[in-house]
Amino acid sequence: MNKTIAQNAAETYDAKGRQAGEGVLSPTLAAFAEEAERLPTDELIVNMGPSHPAMHGTVRIVMRIDGETIKDGDVQIGYLHRGFEKESEAATYTQIFPYVDRLNYVSPLLNNTAFAMTVEKLLGLTGRIPERAEYIRVIVGEISRVCDHLTCITASLAELGGLTTFFWGNRAREHLWELLEDVSGARLTHSYCRIGGVAWDLTRDFEPKCREKLAKVRHLISDTRKLVEKNRIFLDRMEGVGYISAEDAISYGITGPCLRGCGVDYDVRKDHPYSVYDHFDWDVPIADGCDNLARYLVRIEEMEQSMRIVEQALVQIPPGPVIVDDPLIALPAKREVYNSIEGMIAHFKHIMDGLRVPPGEAYCYTEGGNGELGFYIVADGSGRPYKNRCRPPCFYTTAALRQMILGANIADVVPIFGSLNMIGGECER
Amino acid sequence: MAQRVLDVLQRERPAAIVEVGSYVGDEMAVVERDQLLDVMTLLRDHPELKMNMLSDVTCVDYLGQEPRFEVVYILYSIPHKHRVRVKVRIGEAPEDCWVPAVANLWYSANWGEREAWDMYGVRFEGHPDPRRILMYEEFVGHPLRKDYPQNARQPLIRRPDAPTTDDQTTRLAESSHDRRVS
Repeated sequence: MNKTIAQNAAETYDAKGRQAGEGVLSPTLAAFAEEAERLPTDELIVNMGPSHPAMHGTVRIVMRIDGETIKDGDVQIGYLHRGFEKESEAATYTQIFPYVDRLNYVSPLLNNTAFAMTVEKLLGLTGRIPERAEYIRVIVGEISRVCDHLTCITASLAELGGLTTFFWGNRAREHLWELLEDVSGARLTHSYCRIGGVAWDLTRDFEPKCREKLAKVRHLISDTRKLVEKNRIFLDRMEGVGYISAEDAISYGITGPCLRGCGVDYDVRKDHPYSVYDHFDWDVPIADGCDNLARYLVRIEEMEQSMRIVEQALVQIPPGPVIVDDPLIALPAKREVYNSIEGMIAHFKHIMDGLRVPPGEAYCYTEGGNGELGFYIVADGSGRPYKNRCRPPCFYTTAALRQMILGANIADVVPIFGSLNMIGGECER
Repeated sequence: MAQRVLDVLQRERPAAIVEVGSYVGDEMAVVERDQLLDVMTLLRDHPELKMNMLSDVTCVDYLGQEPRFEVVYILYSIPHKHRVRVKVRIGEAPEDCWVPAVANLWYSANWGEREAWDMYGVRFEGHPDPRRILMYEEFVGHPLRKDYPQNARQPLIRRPDAPTTDDQTTRLAESSHDRRVS
């Protein structure tokens, strides 16, 4: 494998220094090659990030390299740390929703649901949420998941040089965001879920609009797949790159698409069905390549499965209220807040004191865009959490990055890092 | 569902378990610090338990109570699909504020414990890489302790007594022959 520079050059250039299959080196070239052999070589420390176009968010990787090969790496995070937990301890349960939005900012509705479910678990409301609200959470959550995977796939394709797919993916994501904007009023940070349900009902024309948008998204995804999946450059950069074995992945605490890309069948929605996920017919896609390509394929297929869930939910969704009928938990309707003294007082108490959660602690976990997204809340009986810990899937996935890049080329860091879909807001909170 | 885990624990290591409990469907066990590594190894390797994933490591600060800190490990078993929370209670005094590191049992403990140290100042004895992870090296104190003010501001100032963040770059260099980084 390890040829000298002179041998390499001899294979590449002919006697006149031109490229050819075989040949002898020209005297100048031979002298140069000989000199190059005598040059002292050394390992080098290279910084990648924190401000680097391929480092989604801000992550710094310090690498010790030997030529192009990475000998050692140190992944340093924390540049986006905003003190989510500290701020939560000073905020009421209702006020935490906007903070939660900003954890994984590509799929905020999944975070919303996970947080709401944890508080509901402490309140003893699990299974008592109106069914329509559960369906709405599933619908908007799965749409968010598609957005999340689209972001990951198209961003890493763009880094590999496929800018077209990046635009297509963004167009698809824009279709879905329009849909979520219709429902929640906000394009990116929706804050649409509430403890005990969701803020308000779906828009009247949601169903036809949703079907129309899903058809467009499907079309764009299939176009993207046709463009890249048989592309030699794409396959060379993805296949066999970024290997991590299933055992190591489990030990690292990797969950979600990255773990399913290692052939491990673990999806919280299937293994511990929460909400109404057991009402639908869908599959958990698994790939066993343990590499970038496997993670890509799992995400592609998961988008299709998510859209299947949304379509079934649109058919099954029952009519009814969208939030629990309990004035101690649900915010009063705006109509009452503005027109009656009781409504206004209820609203005031709700906002200033927060809803009372009985003392205790709970860990509730859901399937987020990148894996097991859990919240561990310690309540002390007041309106604010004593501790609010987010179990970030990205954090543990990023911890495994060091192992994946060892022995790889510098250029491989970009697709490997892209395939993990690290979201800075969630990783560093 | 995870009650089985607690039963096995109580059967196999009765002396190590301080307390077990169950609330809203979550099972937890409080373990003696001296026995933590033993219990964690059992949890990972026992054929009925097989907790092969350490989901999360965190800490709770009960300021004003004794013992003050509670280190929390959230464990999950992919083959058996059960989950349990293991806790260790430790005091506030510097010589008491530590637990043995489990980073040699699960890879995920490496970063999880670094974060718990960074945020709460609980030492993990035997940790292979005990650095801060979210805050910078020059940071004074541990932000998630209840006695750290929520609105405190700490500009990044070089301190002669603390390792600088730049040292982390040269940490790798120490083991290499690179002379360009000093």
